[in-house]
Amino acid sequence: MAVDRIAEPWGSRTPYDAGETWPVRVDSYLADGLDPADVDHWAQAASILHSNGDAMDIAVKDGRMVGVRGRAEDRVNHGRLGPKDLYGWQANGSEDRLTRPLVRRNGRLVETDWDTAMDAVAGRTRDLLEERGPSSIGFYTTGQLFLEEYYTLGLVAHGGIGTNHVDGNTRLCTATAAAALKESFACDGQPGSYTDIDHADVICLYGHNMAETQTVLWTRVLDRLAGAEPPAIVCVDPRRTPVAEHATVHLAPRPGTNVVLMNALLRELLDNGWVDHEYVDAHAVGFDELEKMLQDYTVHRAAEVCDVPPADVEEAARLIGTSQRLMSTVLQGFYQSHQATAAAVQVNNIHILRGMLGRPGCGLLQMNGQPTAQNTRECGADGDLPGFRNWSNDAHVEDLARVWNIDPAEIPHYSEPTPVMQMMRYVEDGSIRFLYVSGTNPAVSLPELRRIRSILSQERLFLVVQDIFLTETAQLADVVLPAATWGEKTGTFTNADRTVHLSEKAVDPPGEARPDLDIFIDYARRLGLRDKDGAPLVKWSTAEEAFEAWKECSRGRPCDYTGITYDRLRGGSGIQWPCTDQSPDGTERLYADGCFWSHPDYCESYGRDLVTGAPVEPTEYKALNPQGKAVLKAAEYLPPRELPSADHPFQLITGRTIYHFHTRTKTGRAPELQAAAPEVWVEASASDAEQLGWKQGDLLEVTTPRGAVTARLRITGVRRGVLFLPFHYGYWDTDAGHEPDGRGRAANELTLTDWDPASKQPVFKTAAANAMVVKPAGGIR
Amino acid sequence: MKLVQTLRSLHGNKVGAAIEELHRSENDLAGALLNLSDQQKVDHEIFHVARDIARWSQLHVRRLSEVGRDYGLELDPEPQDEAGLFARVKQKGAGLGGRFHEPTLLLLADLRHIHRMAAGVSLDWEVLAQTAQAMKDTELLSVTQECHPQTLRQMRWTNSKVKETAAQIMVTG
Repeated sequence: MAVDRIAEPWGSRTPYDAGETWPVRVDSYLADGLDPADVDHWAQAASILHSNGDAMDIAVKDGRMVGVRGRAEDRVNHGRLGPKDLYGWQANGSEDRLTRPLVRRNGRLVETDWDTAMDAVAGRTRDLLEERGPSSIGFYTTGQLFLEEYYTLGLVAHGGIGTNHVDGNTRLCTATAAAALKESFACDGQPGSYTDIDHADVICLYGHNMAETQTVLWTRVLDRLAGAEPPAIVCVDPRRTPVAEHATVHLAPRPGTNVVLMNALLRELLDNGWVDHEYVDAHAVGFDELEKMLQDYTVHRAAEVCDVPPADVEEAARLIGTSQRLMSTVLQGFYQSHQATAAAVQVNNIHILRGMLGRPGCGLLQMNGQPTAQNTRECGADGDLPGFRNWSNDAHVEDLARVWNIDPAEIPHYSEPTPVMQMMRYVEDGSIRFLYVSGTNPAVSLPELRRIRSILSQERLFLVVQDIFLTETAQLADVVLPAATWGEKTGTFTNADRTVHLSEKAVDPPGEARPDLDIFIDYARRLGLRDKDGAPLVKWSTAEEAFEAWKECSRGRPCDYTGITYDRLRGGSGIQWPCTDQSPDGTERLYADGCFWSHPDYCESYGRDLVTGAPVEPTEYKALNPQGKAVLKAAEYLPPRELPSADHPFQLITGRTIYHFHTRTKTGRAPELQAAAPEVWVEASASDAEQLGWKQGDLLEVTTPRGAVTARLRITGVRRGVLFLPFHYGYWDTDAGHEPDGRGRAANELTLTDWDPASKQPVFKTAAANAMVVKPAGGIR
Repeated sequence: MKLVQTLRSLHGNKVGAAIEELHRSENDLAGALLNLSDQQKVDHEIFHVARDIARWSQLHVRRLSEVGRDYGLELDPEPQDEAGLFARVKQKGAGLGGRFHEPTLLLLADLRHIHRMAAGVSLDWEVLAQTAQAMKDTELLSVTQECHPQTLRQMRWTNSKVKETAAQIMVTG
């Protein structure tokens, strides 16, 4: 009998022991009671509803998608699929897909043809370039397009139009992953591998509710826990998540205090001699500064500031300090918090101090939130230059100009590419007048929505939205371009452990919808973008040609794809970069030999001041790290910018649920997923509820100085003084359309406009809030 | 120890004056950063970071007041804070929801001004550090070693913000 994967998201156990291979378990779901024999053909793909990169085949019958099946031969999931993988594909066939371009006429969006829409987009771009220059043009993309599309967009924006304003919504989910890796290793790239779960004796999850964000990876952990020699689990999370329930030690720090906790753990490692000094001496710089910084961070201080039991901090440090094969993963609990990069970097420091890098079981993963976020970063569509090139290294910019056959001066590099929150500021002050949003929904996902809506609604802004549904953001647009999505176009993408997958076109897109790649190329051609010899700037028209061009751009850089072809990705497993002639099967773990990509001439980044965000100057970096070692970067604690007060006594954190992805545009249209989590809710602790007389199911109004949200109360194991709201719920499926009609539903009505100066990732985890019952659960009480 | 005391009594006036001057200029720097923050409420990173690093100057004011006692100074340990600022007449810039581009020119001017202030403070710390070494005053030296790096970080921040915003402010609009 089939397992109900809504009720049992991780499915049945296939236990395995330390060092063994994870057994295969093939999960599948076919619609309408269809049988595999009914399927016309299967198209190879991988999931784009989370960052895990679960490989799957799409079942096609009569030209329609009818189901999915996990790929047994793939290294990532060994056949398994999560609930979003199993049911999310149904959104592709929704009745309300965008099928024709829309333009705004007399205040209303009306259908038009592609020529009219694209001429409007290219025309406005050209006008602004003449009137106000490239800095009046901005691009905001996503973590859900394909590599080929990001690379093309990066080329068009940086190399063709010459604007510095390019970012992705990866800024909201993985910017800190990249920033933390750049601080410690001077380069992006996950050192670890998912296979480290097979070997680890201690697994630490820092602000990472893996059970809900990467269900299949958590299934792997559960299977280890069910086998012989199970690993110990250390969980840092203010909520009692499924991960916390399996933890040997669960630390639930007060929001906004991660740096104190991490520093105390590091100090325990030093005090107890749990440091591989030989490794540190040979392969790292910065030990003395770190040791000095840690003087002030005792377990006692952490217990006080973070409000955690001192014995638990000591026990966590003992597990970490005495482990033989230590694996760590980090996610939004750190990335979307106050001092995001500073805290995430301390996890890297643990691995450097213990010499736990590049060996089986010693995996360090600064996780990604979105499925193709790694590519947004690699390809230069999010505030980095393509191929992990260093924007403050002139030789790297010249090399990129060589690849693109343009003059180096055409690539703006006087400053780093502009992060989205700063772009919104420029839109607000009117210096950006054209914003091209692809595959993302800032009117729900950015903080302080009232402000964002007002910025995006300005008359003087020309807003282009390229999407598959009429999202909240699309409703504010001047032009809406209907895109094809996963399963309707071909391309590659890379997951959080550097595994590259091919995702093939299975069915035709609906109506006139077109692949994002085709739209970007069309845009470039209408603008007449040329290289320095007068040839078209974008020299490809198919996804595979774009991939081949990207390979040349990546040649010799850390994320080297030159050994991968579409054909090699067909049929077997995904391949981990770097993949070259020397390493044709890819590279399972980085930094195996204690060698890093951090040499001043080669590295992607010289780092930043973790408090001010000021970039480290090249000369400073050269003095600090002339030989290209790992960098132990110390960080002082700063209190959060918004603290609870008498009026707003709670700390509000926002987050995710297993059944939805981002702003629910797809998962809200998959019947099983929508039914599993149809409405927003708010979580509070039993002790707060008891004190305030709240009952399960009461309708609460949660308020901050920015707005209000009403939601039903769930009493859960969240820590005292903290409220939790899932951020997925917007307004597209309400009467009001794109904004609250009376009662707010989007968690971002409440969040504050504040970000980590180092990674520029917005803070979603420390707003001061109040809450009161507006309607009791059982009627009048 | 004895040598230090002798030197302090011989050169105390000059060193005391230097500490007093630095105490004053750190106070001014804290005030200028808080003022900048106040004026740039619509520019959120400036608003928050300026506050965060004003705290460093406030800390320096306290440390200077402590070490000043060795030189017979009675310096106010309470640094410039927001209460003092509310009384000030505020320049416009944060008004009207930040919908105008021109006030950002003020931002450039303010950053430039604060950078120069911080550079002055940095040089004063340099003088004090050299003096402390010559006088073998380890206490004063450790104060300079604790504080001066943060002044340099304040300078780098203003410099980087100028670099980041100058083109957008000057060329577009």
